[in-house]
Amino acid sequence: MSNPILDTFFEETEELLESLAEGLESMQGAEFDKETVNSVFRAVHSIKGGAGAFKMTELVNFAHSFETVMDAVRSETLALTPQIMHTLMRSADCLADLVDAARSGRTISEEVTSGFLTALQACMGEGEIEAVDAWDNFEFNAVTLDIEPINVDAPAVATMETTAASDTAQVQIGFQIDFRPHAALFTNGHEPALLFAALGDLGQMTSRIDMTKLADWSDFDPTEPRLSWTVDLRTDESEISVQEVFEFVHGLCDLRIKPLMGPPPSPNPELSAEGKSATNKSDAGPAPTVVADISSPAAIAMAAAPSTAATPAVVVAAKAKAERNDDGSDAKAPKATLRVDLDRVDRLINAVGELIINQAMIAQRLQDMTSTRDDDLVMHIEDYRLLARDIQEGVMAIRAQPVKSLFQRMSRIVREAADATGKLAELVTSGEGTEVDKTVVERLADPLTHMIRNAVDHGLESRGARGAAGKPPMGTIRLSASHRSGSVIITVKDDGAGLNRPKILEIAKRKGLIAPEAELNDAEIDQLLFMAGFSTATTISNLSGRGVGLDVVRNAVQALGGRISIATTPGHGTEFTIMLPLTLAVMDGMVVTVGGQTLVVPITSIIETIRPLPTDLHRIGTDETLLSIRGRMIPVVDVARSLGFPSPGTHSAPLLLLVESEKLGECALVVDSVQDQRQVVIKSLESNFGSVPGVSAATVLGDGRIALILDPDAIAGGRATSNYPMPNILSNAGRTAYANA
Amino acid sequence: MQTLEDTTKSEVEFVTFSAGEQSFSIEITQVREIRRWSPVTALPHAPHEVLGVMNLRGSVIPIYDLAARFGLGQTPENPRNVIVVAMHGGQTVGLLVEAVSEILSVSREKIQETPDIRSEVARQSITGVIPIETGMTRVIDLGAVLHPSNWSVA
Repeated sequence: MSNPILDTFFEETEELLESLAEGLESMQGAEFDKETVNSVFRAVHSIKGGAGAFKMTELVNFAHSFETVMDAVRSETLALTPQIMHTLMRSADCLADLVDAARSGRTISEEVTSGFLTALQACMGEGEIEAVDAWDNFEFNAVTLDIEPINVDAPAVATMETTAASDTAQVQIGFQIDFRPHAALFTNGHEPALLFAALGDLGQMTSRIDMTKLADWSDFDPTEPRLSWTVDLRTDESEISVQEVFEFVHGLCDLRIKPLMGPPPSPNPELSAEGKSATNKSDAGPAPTVVADISSPAAIAMAAAPSTAATPAVVVAAKAKAERNDDGSDAKAPKATLRVDLDRVDRLINAVGELIINQAMIAQRLQDMTSTRDDDLVMHIEDYRLLARDIQEGVMAIRAQPVKSLFQRMSRIVREAADATGKLAELVTSGEGTEVDKTVVERLADPLTHMIRNAVDHGLESRGARGAAGKPPMGTIRLSASHRSGSVIITVKDDGAGLNRPKILEIAKRKGLIAPEAELNDAEIDQLLFMAGFSTATTISNLSGRGVGLDVVRNAVQALGGRISIATTPGHGTEFTIMLPLTLAVMDGMVVTVGGQTLVVPITSIIETIRPLPTDLHRIGTDETLLSIRGRMIPVVDVARSLGFPSPGTHSAPLLLLVESEKLGECALVVDSVQDQRQVVIKSLESNFGSVPGVSAATVLGDGRIALILDPDAIAGGRATSNYPMPNILSNAGRTAYANA
Repeated sequence: MQTLEDTTKSEVEFVTFSAGEQSFSIEITQVREIRRWSPVTALPHAPHEVLGVMNLRGSVIPIYDLAARFGLGQTPENPRNVIVVAMHGGQTVGLLVEAVSEILSVSREKIQETPDIRSEVARQSITGVIPIETGMTRVIDLGAVLHPSNWSVA
């Protein structure tokens, strides 16, 4: 499976699919220019080309039909009706599926693709189909001209102009192709005879050989090609098809393709010099019509083993390319990007992390040497610190990716979910340019898919109910991303009916998720949605409703170090907010001492630090303590004890970190002292050791020693009490079991 | 040529060291480096033989007290103690030992299978013994040392 060329193909295809989706998206809007249509066409075409090289027949056939429709749109013979637009969008989805299937070696059932194929062909409309017929007939009559019959399973792009051609005197009847191979073409193992054979497949060709560059036998250099050809190709194929023939020798030859003007095709003995199938590989498709002496082995031998005198042709390959761009089919220079192995980037990130630590160590040393204070040195160290930060930010930016690709995938989810539920829904996105760590983007795909499906399936009301509520039939799902104080906020908002709290409560009680007599406030009821095994859908739809949705979403978000919250307005919709750290490699932490050990507590979970009055602490039971703050009682957790470190014993007035835990709400952690607040580089403990209860990761401090990063949720969750109304989400059974083992 | 290949096949090199006043060895291909002892950061809820974690050029590696692992008591603190950094299946770990003795090159036939001994820890984590001048050295199965669950379950 690890064929690097194949991998590259899929990587590129991924990008092409992205630009395809993007293009279609903007074509949906009222304003789009020809370039957009071209870019969509190019994307489909390139996928087809690449797939062809790997013999992915299904993909090629599908892409071809897609391309045919796009070509009609491009040449403005097909109007873009909403219906056609819908078909195109869904076909793009199907194309993505086919690529996916090809990548994983699966096959997609013929029915699925043929459905789309039929829809695509239907797009071409009545008139267009007739045109194809007419052309077929025309071709049948012209057999004497030796035009090859077109391939049936890959219908060619046929336009009305083809038939109209015979009426005018001077029309474009094909292309004039100037072809001069470079030495590299031969060293790379290409063979002009095969190229001519492929050209012959496209239509009828005549070629003239240019032997002026041939030199004397006396200065014979057998490796320097001296021949060039001018080929007149009479064809109805588009220029793209002609360029396709030369696709693999691009840059290895000088190539110019010009329209060939002339009288409409008529029997011409000179041109139709009966092509004896010149290729040795006659099994490779229909016999091409090639003027025999050109592609005969002798002539080719001359091309490869020529003479000397004349200087080699130095038309820069780039120029040839520029000319090919004339019709705009290849224009719009792509943004220069570099594909880099992710491992290399990560190694770099690791090294930069070390640099930061090293810088901190030097700075600390310098600060300790107060006796020999050197202002210059202090200044240089400060510069060093800033530079190191710059480098770190730059390196982190390599891993950052806009959420655009993620959001684009979601519009497909909305389409599918809407089709399946019979609702009308549109996705409105904003902040697609927001950049997040690559891993975050990847690992957010599944949870976001769940949420979007939920929003369509559960969030939006049925069409009838929307009408009754005076809302437009088209439901709107808003997906937005933004940066806020070192975090990324992603929100999913629907304009549906909002959460039905009494129903949620009733279901939770019926399923035994909470005690029947439990009294919950609104926020607690909303939280029930995130419990495992909760599902409000009365019927299990095939989209969502299996009750695995939101708790999976919450777990995935938490695994990324983020949080999810929910807000709802009855009658106006529900909004889910995901808050994620910008990067997974660095975080802001508070450095504290607990039981003689240095620990780091993530800033994101700390609300405040307090030193309470002894009268605010209340003992409960044998060794539990509650803190009363602003009229509320919150549990106090002795961090040292829960980590198994020697505890200094109960303080009368300990220093407390007020943290917010997803599971317990607020909770106060007892620490000995707070040292510092700083950015720390996160190091995994799991790669070399394993997970440690109560600890999420480790980091390296300025002195080179390791400090553990506390997982406040686990610490807080470790003290679950049995009388709490929601035992399922509270008890941290797994962790506790590990701790006791 | 033939003979060279034969030699490389049959000769194995081991790093031998002492822990708990016994001689142990691991294959040299598993050893990454040998380092001076430096303070470690204790891990909560860790088994008693895991002393804590250490910073190895940016990687966090756990340090195992080999003597404690084999039930020979905690290695007493001594500035001469060294840490053998070893790799096992993508995992990098440090083994605290009293001293590294030598590099031993033996032919495969010289390695004897561990006799049927009663100590389960020893039977599971020692793959064989090699007789040496001063007695014998025990060949450690690093995987079994790092993942005790494999044998405690069995």
